[in-house]
Amino acid sequence: MSTGATTTVDHVDGHDHHEGNYLTAGRGLRSWLFTLDHKRIGVMYLGTILFAFLLGGIFALLVRTELLTPQQTIMSADDYNRMFTLHGAIMTFLFIIPGIPAALGNFILPLMLGAKDVALPRLNLASYHIYVIGSLMAVASILAGGVDTGWTFYTPYSTTTNGAVILVTLSVFVLGFSSIFTGINFIVTVHRMRPAGMGWFQMPLMLWALYATAIIQVLATPVLAITVLLIIAERALGIGIFDPALGGDPVLFQHFFWFYSHPAVYIMILPAMGVISELVAIFSRKPIFGYKAIAYSSIAIAVFSFLVWGHHMFVSGQSELAVVIFSALTFSVSIPSAVKVFNWLSTMYRGAIRLETPMVYALVFIFLFGIGGLTGLFLASLATDVHLHDSYFVVAHFHYTMMGGTMIAFLAGIYHWWPKMFGKMFSQKWGNIGAIVIFVGFNVTFFSQFVMGAKGMPRRYFNYPPEFEIYHVMSSIGSYVLAIGLFIAAGVLVHSLIAGKKAPVNPWGGATLEWQAASPPIHHNFDSPLLLTNPYDYTAQRWDEAEQGYVPVDPEKEPQTT
Amino acid sequence: MQFGLFKSIFNPSHDAAKPVNGFATEENPLLNVLAQLNVGSILATVRPFLAQLPDSFWMPSQASSKAAEVDTVFYVIYWISVFFFAIIVGLMALFIVRYRSRRQGERAPDSPNHSLALEITWTAIPVIISIAIFVLGFQSFMNIATPPRNSYEILVTGQKWQWFFEYPNGFVTSELHVPEDQPVKLTMTSEDVIHSLWIPAFRVKKDVVPGRYTRTWFEAQEPGTYPLLCTEYCGTGHSDMLSVVTVHKSGTFEQWLEESANIYDTIPPAEAGELLVQRSGCVQCHSLDGSPNIGPTFVDLYGYEQQLTDGRVVIADENYIRTSILEPMTDLVAGYEPVMPTYAGKLKDKEITYIISYLKSASDRGPSEEESAEAETEDPAAQDPDAASATEEE
Ligand code: HEC
Ligand SMILES: [Cu+2]
Ligand SMILES: [Cu+2]
Repeated sequence: MSTGATTTVDHVDGHDHHEGNYLTAGRGLRSWLFTLDHKRIGVMYLGTILFAFLLGGIFALLVRTELLTPQQTIMSADDYNRMFTLHGAIMTFLFIIPGIPAALGNFILPLMLGAKDVALPRLNLASYHIYVIGSLMAVASILAGGVDTGWTFYTPYSTTTNGAVILVTLSVFVLGFSSIFTGINFIVTVHRMRPAGMGWFQMPLMLWALYATAIIQVLATPVLAITVLLIIAERALGIGIFDPALGGDPVLFQHFFWFYSHPAVYIMILPAMGVISELVAIFSRKPIFGYKAIAYSSIAIAVFSFLVWGHHMFVSGQSELAVVIFSALTFSVSIPSAVKVFNWLSTMYRGAIRLETPMVYALVFIFLFGIGGLTGLFLASLATDVHLHDSYFVVAHFHYTMMGGTMIAFLAGIYHWWPKMFGKMFSQKWGNIGAIVIFVGFNVTFFSQFVMGAKGMPRRYFNYPPEFEIYHVMSSIGSYVLAIGLFIAAGVLVHSLIAGKKAPVNPWGGATLEWQAASPPIHHNFDSPLLLTNPYDYTAQRWDEAEQGYVPVDPEKEPQTT
Repeated sequence: MQFGLFKSIFNPSHDAAKPVNGFATEENPLLNVLAQLNVGSILATVRPFLAQLPDSFWMPSQASSKAAEVDTVFYVIYWISVFFFAIIVGLMALFIVRYRSRRQGERAPDSPNHSLALEITWTAIPVIISIAIFVLGFQSFMNIATPPRNSYEILVTGQKWQWFFEYPNGFVTSELHVPEDQPVKLTMTSEDVIHSLWIPAFRVKKDVVPGRYTRTWFEAQEPGTYPLLCTEYCGTGHSDMLSVVTVHKSGTFEQWLEESANIYDTIPPAEAGELLVQRSGCVQCHSLDGSPNIGPTFVDLYGYEQQLTDGRVVIADENYIRTSILEPMTDLVAGYEPVMPTYAGKLKDKEITYIISYLKSASDRGPSEEESAEAETEDPAAQDPDAASATEEE
């Protein structure tokens, strides 16, 4: 553990400037691109991932604009098909999957452990480089003719259609390695670098969540890698594993695909739940309720997530026995999720709830994820899923969980750790306004999709029956409001970098170790000995008006009551 | 082979080109036990209450025997969800108002940070509710999955981007027709990629997979016409892969079937042809008004020069058209994608002749001199007064 020595740290990237913080330690593009500092890698990940989000968001807006009228509005059917494919692929593989773990996780995980870096910094940098290469391949596919398979690459469509399918699937293959590297790194770091005195059950819940996520990343991603390789082999060599024309089985592909992609859903949501667990406790100024239940439920979700892939295939023609088993198992995942929600609510009970911007996002998360989770029941239940499968109901459901859940938690986390990352405070008023506009826009966009889906509107439709126009128009208008909200949210952060007040060490009163590092942290994170406390004990700190932040209560003196 | 084992676990019906026999209920004792659970009576108890709901807000009209049951399951889950959501958001709002701290540095009073009793309760309640919902959904599903033995069977073929429905007498339509109050079993397969057949008003859906047969069934209850859609993404025309299902009043279906099977022989060939291009789904890709679509328009096609992708220029005569329909990949028209499916085995020779007659009638180069004798005897309706003058102008 770092003790604040000023001697050279072994993995400094050539320059040894120890004055200033990690942002100023080392200058020039090279000092960023080849840094081994987890914080810089995290920040670069954050920038790249947000760029991918912008790109995926532009495609989403184009799709929604096309759907303003029941016939062609601004593009051809083929362009539309390429748009929604790119929207889905970019959002899934470039944004939501790496989002919280790679960007926030990289920055925060070693800090929360009081460590000076992850266990395998070089692997960490490699993961980022691979991510960039994979992303560039995905973007290059747009120039190489685009892809119109949908992000799910279902065979035999994906093995027979034209376009840059091989390039995109290769990019998914490459991105998978970046994800696996991050996972390995987090597992090793959590096992090996916990400070003396921090047992498993003294870890912040964010670390439990990242750890559970890492396990899924390492175990499930190879299956995806093999699956996309098989698609490539099928297209390039005609090996005949999926294409019935060659004696293959197209449904087999769906099993392979969802064996990864269902657990991937939890790669997306588990870290989000971790963020929310931190935030709800900090901003209720109260220890998290049911710590162990939340920790165990993360692991339970990770385990169950491997057993339910077949619920994407209830109408695919798999055997009724398999269908029934998958339905039953699917319900099991709902329970740990429900437990977490109840724990968050109980944490708020009798708290001293501060409606700071990160908390506002956390509350938005509970609301939207609540809807996302509950509508999952309709899809887990067999009779109703038969009707709702592949309709807009499903589209709405996974946007409520993925976007209303993961993306909102990602924003919550960005706002929460922003002062730590960049040493600047943002405008809370505008931060909250952004959150509310996003909340309204989101519900208008996606709630209307539940209704039209149940009424009979299939997904991935370019033309649609005119009776659905009203819902589509609502949804499209909502998406513009949502976009405005996101731009406000981004503007608030950019503005803080230019004109924000200097952030104190501990603006929110967190008790996890990162709040003992300077804002922003120095290159090797900590320079004074750490005070290891229960991560949810907020009694050993008090608000300091001059500092505009929380400071430790001097243990020698009588604690000052506030 | 490993894959074979894998397939046999998850897809007992995998064997290509062999219709599925023996449903899960007959083979799996587990399913039998579950199916015995008497949830039907629970449903029967709650249905009267649910029937009063404004179900038009969420669901399309109910036109099959299973629709009401599925909707009941839907609304049971719906109200459970509304209930829990109200609790979650209500408590959240209450706590925000009640415990909001407006002063920095305020500390929450001490309160317990876990409670075994509470945690067991809020684990147990979702467990029980989940099991209940599972059993509800499962029961209705098994009813949908297992067609009664006396079902009327219709063979369904999905093909980019249209549906074919073949009735026991060999008659094929692109719109589904079914009798009222009789179980109908659809045995389905695809010619190309995966499609999925969805009839929202019947609450049935099943993927249509190449190289294997899938099936579903329903019993239509309300005479009328309902949308039938493809819900598995299948390319350019996915959203145009629409059709309708017409439910015939009981007793009138057989008559309809007989009359329509013979209809082409009772009307003039060009009219029969026009009907055929509409019913066989050609109009998904070919327009009848002169505008190009996925394929070239049918107006002024017959008798005109066609520029092919391989550079040849040919006149669209009877044989060219016949080849285009039966072997669409032989002569590809320049400027279009090679997406036209073959109709070999789907259109009878006679029907192709009718379509050719129609194409002639839709072209100003319609019946040429050599053929006018034939046309006169066969199809006086195709004698377009304008056609002659148009030819003269050339
Ligand atoms: C999936 C869309 C699609 C459907 C359905 C379809 N076609 Fe075509 N058809 C095409 C395309 C595209 C071409 C042009 C490329 C080619 O020659 O194959 C074409 C070409 C033709 C041609 C030659 C046209 C010319 O200009 O030389 C004829 C004749 C034809 N189709 C008849 C039919 C008939 C009759 C049916 C219905 C029984 C039908 N098509 C259904 C897409 C379709
Ligand atoms: Cu899933
Ligand atoms: Cu389709």
